[in-house]
Parts: sequence; C-alpha cells; structure tokens
Amino acid sequence: MSGRRHLLAATAGLLAAAIAGDAGAQQRLASLYMFIPAGPGGGWDGLGRAIEQVARQAGLVGSFQFENVGGAGGSVGLPRFVGQRRGRPDALMVTGSIMVGATLTNKTPVGMKDLTPVARMTEEAGVVVVPASSEIKDIKGLFDALKANPGGTSVAGGSAGGTDHITLGLILKALGRSAKEGSYVAFAGGGPAQAAILGAQVKAGISGYSEFAEQIKSGRMRALATTGGQRLDPSIPTLKESGVDVVMTNWRGVFAPPGIRPDARDKLVALMTEIHALPAWTEMLKTREWADAFLTGEAFSAFLAQDVTQTEAVLKEIGLA
Amino acid sequence: MMDSIAGLQLGFANALTLGNLGWALLGCFLGTAIGVLPGIGPALTIALLLPITFKVEATGAFILFCGVFYGAMYGGSTTSILLNTPGESGSIITALEGAKMARNGRAGPALATAAIGSFIAGTIGTLGISFLGPVVVDLALRLGPAEYFSLMVLCFVTVSAVLGGSALRGLTSLFFGLLLGLVGIDLQTGQPRMTLGVPELLDGVNVVLVAVALFAVGETLYMAWRHTNEAPQVRQVGSIMMSREDWRRSIGPWFRGSLLGFPFGVMPAGGTEMPTMLSYYAERKLVKPEHAKEFGTTGAIEGVAGPEAANNAAAAGILVPMLTLGLPTSATAAIMLSAFQSYGINPGPLLFEQQGVLVWTLIASLYIANIMLVVLNLPLVGLWARILKVPQPQLYAGILVFATIGTYGISNSVTDLVLLYVIGIIGMFMRRFDFPTAPVVIGMILGPMAEQAMRQALTISEGDWTTFATRPVSLVILLLAATALVGPRLYRAIRSG
Repeated sequence: MSGRRHLLAATAGLLAAAIAGDAGAQQRLASLYMFIPAGPGGGWDGLGRAIEQVARQAGLVGSFQFENVGGAGGSVGLPRFVGQRRGRPDALMVTGSIMVGATLTNKTPVGMKDLTPVARMTEEAGVVVVPASSEIKDIKGLFDALKANPGGTSVAGGSAGGTDHITLGLILKALGRSAKEGSYVAFAGGGPAQAAILGAQVKAGISGYSEFAEQIKSGRMRALATTGGQRLDPSIPTLKESGVDVVMTNWRGVFAPPGIRPDARDKLVALMTEIHALPAWTEMLKTREWADAFLTGEAFSAFLAQDVTQTEAVLKEIGLA
Repeated sequence: MMDSIAGLQLGFANALTLGNLGWALLGCFLGTAIGVLPGIGPALTIALLLPITFKVEATGAFILFCGVFYGAMYGGSTTSILLNTPGESGSIITALEGAKMARNGRAGPALATAAIGSFIAGTIGTLGISFLGPVVVDLALRLGPAEYFSLMVLCFVTVSAVLGGSALRGLTSLFFGLLLGLVGIDLQTGQPRMTLGVPELLDGVNVVLVAVALFAVGETLYMAWRHTNEAPQVRQVGSIMMSREDWRRSIGPWFRGSLLGFPFGVMPAGGTEMPTMLSYYAERKLVKPEHAKEFGTTGAIEGVAGPEAANNAAAAGILVPMLTLGLPTSATAAIMLSAFQSYGINPGPLLFEQQGVLVWTLIASLYIANIMLVVLNLPLVGLWARILKVPQPQLYAGILVFATIGTYGISNSVTDLVLLYVIGIIGMFMRRFDFPTAPVVIGMILGPMAEQAMRQALTISEGDWTTFATRPVSLVILLLAATALVGPRLYRAIRSG
C-alpha cells in the first residue's frame, strides 16, 4: 500500500480533517479505511461517502481513507479486501445484494462467507418502467406482453445476473413462463441503460427506484410498478398487489474483513449503530431517497444466509449459476 | 436561444467573482497535473476532492470539478507526445503521430497544436453545451445498439490506416487486440471469459495499460536490446513555436476534429475514443499529397491536431447528457452527479429549470477554465519539450519508471504490473519483427464495444440480423463505412485510369 493514490488520498483526508475539525462529539475511531468494490459514483460509493459525511461531521471518526476497486459486480475488489485487510480492526467494505449475485455467477472462490457482517444500512426497491411513448399503459399491459411474447418484449437493466435480471426472471416465472425465455438486454452502468429506455430502443426497463426517479418525475419514463413489499410512491402499485408474487429489494451494508477479533467487530457494530441513530443520518436517508434497513448481529447474518440461498436458486433457473 | 444568452450572462456574472476564479484556477492546475500523470484520471481526482462538498458552497465546488475535468483533457496529450505514454484512452491516437513528431525534433509544435486544438475544441464544445444541448441529446437518444454497432464498424475502417506495410501482419495485430478485449466478464451473461482464474482479470485488461505497454515499455525494451556502445545521442528539441506552415496545416483538423468529437461525446454510448480514430483516419486521407509521407514516419501535425481536438470536444459533449438528462455516461459524469446529490440536488431532466443559476454558472466557468488552460499550458510547452534533452538511456529509464508507477496507479494491482511487462515484451518482439502496434489498441477498444452493441441489438431484434440494414440510420452509417473503405481506392483508380 503505497503509490501516489494513497498519498493523494491521505492529503485529501488531511485537508478534509482540517475542514471538519470543529465538530465536538467523542471520537470512536482515529481513522477508518473504507473499501468500495466499485468505481466512484455508484450506489456503494454513495453509501460509503454518506457514512463518511455523517460520521465526520459528528466527530465519531477522525479521518477516512477510501479505496475504490471496481469491476464485475465487486468480484474484483472482494478478494483484494479479504486478502489485504485480514484481521484489521479499522477497515470496512461497502457492498450488498449485487455482490451476492455476482459472486455466484462468476463462481469466485472468495464469497460473502469470507466477510464479517457488520450492518445492513439501506435498501432500495426497484421499479419497472416503460418509455413515455410506449403503448403499454400499466403493469397488466406489460404482464400480457410478457406472457404472449417474452422474446419480443426486450427489457433493459444492469449487468446480467444482477438484481434487475433476477427481478425479470422472477416475474416471468410467476407468469408461468420460464426465466430463460426473457429478452434481457444488459447495459454497463446506469447511463446507457437509461438512454436506451428514454430513446424507446427497448420495450421496458428495470432498475433501482432512485436511478429512474428523476426521469419518472419529469414524465420521460412511465413507472408501472415497484418491486418492494410496500408502495414507495402512493400512485405506483407494487408487483405483489398486481398479482405477481415477487418482492425484490437491493440492500446495501458494511462488512469487516475476516479474522477480526469479536471485540473489534463489536466496536464497529457500535459505531454503525451510533451513526444510524444520528439525526444527520435520518436526514441523509431522506435526501438520498434510501429506505432505512438497519440490521446488525445475528439477525443480519441470518438474513444474509437466506439471501444467498434464494439468489442462487433463481440464478440456477436462469442458467447463470 | 435568447434564454441561453440570458442564462450565460447570469452565469458569467456569478463565475467572475474572485473566489470562483480562484476555484477555476486551482481546478485547471490540478487537472493539468493529473492529466500529465498516467493512471490518475479526472474521475478519481474528483472522488478524492468530494469531501470539500461538506464545506464549500455548490458553485465553487462545481467550478473546481469542471476545471479538473477540462484540465485533465489538456494534460493528457503531453505524455502521449513526449514519452509515447498515453495517460487516458482518449489520447492514445494522439500518441501515434505526436510521439513521432517529438522524436524528429518537432515536440514543440506538436504540444502547441494539441494545446491550441484543445482550446478551440473546448470552446466549440462549450458553445455546443450552451446552445445545442437539449436538441442534440434528443437526436442522440434515437440511436440504439444497432446504430452503435454500425458506428463501430465505421471506426474499424480506421484500422486500414495503421496496418503498415504488410496487411497480414497488421491484421494479426488487430486480432491480438480483439483477443485481449475478450478477457473478463461478459456483460450479457455475467460469465467470465479467458480469465485463467485470476480475479483481477474478471474486469478485463485495461486498454491504457496495453497502450503504455506496447508503445512505451515495448519501445524501451527494444532500445535496450538493440543498444550499441556508441556515444549516446541527444535528441534535438528544435523550434518550440508553430511555424506559419504548422498553423495553416492545423486549422482544418482542429475544426473537423471538434465537429466530429462533440456529437460522439453527447451520445450515451459514444465516448472519446471513436471520434479520435475517425478524425485520424479523416486527416490521413485528406492530407495534402506533399505531406502524406509524414504520416507514420516523421509524424504529421494533422494527425495530432485532429484527434486531440476530437478528444476534447467529445469530453465537453459528455457533459450534455449529464446536465440535460442527469445521465452518467462516463465515470467522471457519474462522480459529478454524486456530488450534486451531496448538496441535496437530484440531477435529472429538470436540473436546468430548478438549478438554472448553478448550471449556467458552471457552463460559464467552462469558458473561463478553457482560457485559463491555454494560458497555463502554452508557456509550459517549452519546458516540457526540454525533457527530450535528457540523454537517451536516462530518458528511456525514466519512461519505464513513469509507465510502471502510472500503471500501478490505475488500480494499485501487482497483476497489472505483470501484464504491463508481459505485453511490453510482446511489444518488443512486435517491433523487432515489424508488426504494427496501433491495430492492437484499436482492436481492443472497438472489439468489446462492437460485440456488446451487436448482441444488445440482436437481443432486441430477437436474433434478426437484418436489423442493421432495416434501421435507416444504421444503414446510412454502414454505407458510409463501405465508402470510406473503398472510396479512396476507387477515386485513385479513376484518377490514374
């Protein structure tokens, strides 16, 4: 760990520490290394930097050091974090459901089981949209199209095997078609996928709600249904109440490296609990339109195990795991 | 139109405060510095600067970020020209002619034409953002995967300009590049291909790494291999200024490159690489017969001016979908969008209406940054060119160190260093046995993009191949590609026959 990037990171950290030095609360950690297994600007990066913003303003953590190692739904960064940070008490990695799917499709030797779960922080329901110009007016219309001709109803989303793809697979299954029949068009990153939907190059699209929220508000995309347990927007139905028993959310959380001592893990859990209790965090969830999904300890571990099993079952059916 | 002018007036009034000019200057300076260093790009730099959004007001922060973004585009060409070591994928094509010019004592004019070309392209691009943004975006959204595939076919024609003496050798190089491009996870199925079980390869091989390995490391190893014990030669630096002739030859390429680059930047799946290739091809075909032999030998100034302008205009274009639709079509745009979010602003189609003052101030600061950058960079030309006075053994040793550090900076990965030297050794043998290296890089950039676009298009058309010919825009582009390939030959045949 050297090289100019770290030097730069350290300099930026110092600068920022000097700026934020006026906050008063009791410091829990002098410094925290935050590993993001994705490029800057995405959902995991956003969560990591939101934690930084809240924790530093409250004076809970002295300084943060970030490292982004992107690629392959986190499969490139994961083995790096596990290998280089083993046993380190002051390191956290931001990740979530996308990595569960990616480690299964890529069949990586290092998986979620190699991480020490600390806390689940947020979750986000997905949304199914069509271009504003589409003749499909509601979710029933899309269901009919998918039932009649799944191959001709192209659906855009993120990389293959990810949450969006799994959602489509589950919908097709619930409609009595096979998950394999779907015509899923994978795009790298949110920009090209949104562009394909806005330009009506595809019939429909699936992604995290916040990614499409502004396009829906401006009327360039029509939201047909959200994928969570409850309505996100009072005017948009959920898949479940539309007669398709699919509930799918994209959760994000923080993990410690393997092999850390129980007291070190408890300290990190306490830190995240404290951050979660701050009014600034509640404010952050509101501005970012993230749903609170705070969960720690045994309950989080149990949830994780269940999520891995479920995801694996769907991916096997699509033929990707 | 009137709205745009009123908006710009407002923007300039806001941007021209002492504080904001300070942010712009700081951004330009930082951007030029990171542009010169390979490995660190604008996205990473802005990510590292994000904590300032906690304390600095939005206008100042975005002016800083835009300065970094434009500055990096200026700085990127410097190492391409001087050291044959491109810092980012958009300046790989600049290295083809730029490094040859530097080797033949024309480093000064090459750097100057790149800087002035960047200024002209940046200004044209920023004018495009101000006045054409929403219109161009709506046109760009009509392009689907089928059209992108056809565009990439058109770009493949460029390869014919860099094949070298033997078509067989050139095509071998191209296929080596296509092969390297296949490494990594396949987007459409999520399955790893040719990764040999190495997790670092799941994300594919970085194209800048390959360009640096083939151009810089390969050449250095080759020089070390063929080294003789003569007195070390010192390269000439030659004239620093552009001659009247250089100006005359650069003006056309600057404008053609700018006009080519901007629309590609606006396209959500366009990017900066394709227009640089097309510009290079166009300049090579349009060059006056008396200068044609300079291409690929002593270095032609047209081959620097055009691609560099295309690169910068495309970079400006990338801001259009970001500002008008909130679409993150590049890593830098994505991180800027997340900066908007830390101010509680949700960037989207309503950004211009809801945050008009901020957006217009940002656009005004782009004009200011552009002027600052050309003022900052032109005096540096003399200083940079003097690097070439370093005796060759030391210069090449320096290039090797620089390439190694830069590659490590891309992802802090030892695997990347191993790849750099393995591909570097391959590059050394390619040089020895007269295989051109440029087709490898072009194949690597275009291959994966073309493959994904083709498969996306075929999924949408349910496997119907005629989609490329029945969609009118796609058909036009394919016909253009055929003309570009056969046209010059036909023209010559008719003229001589």
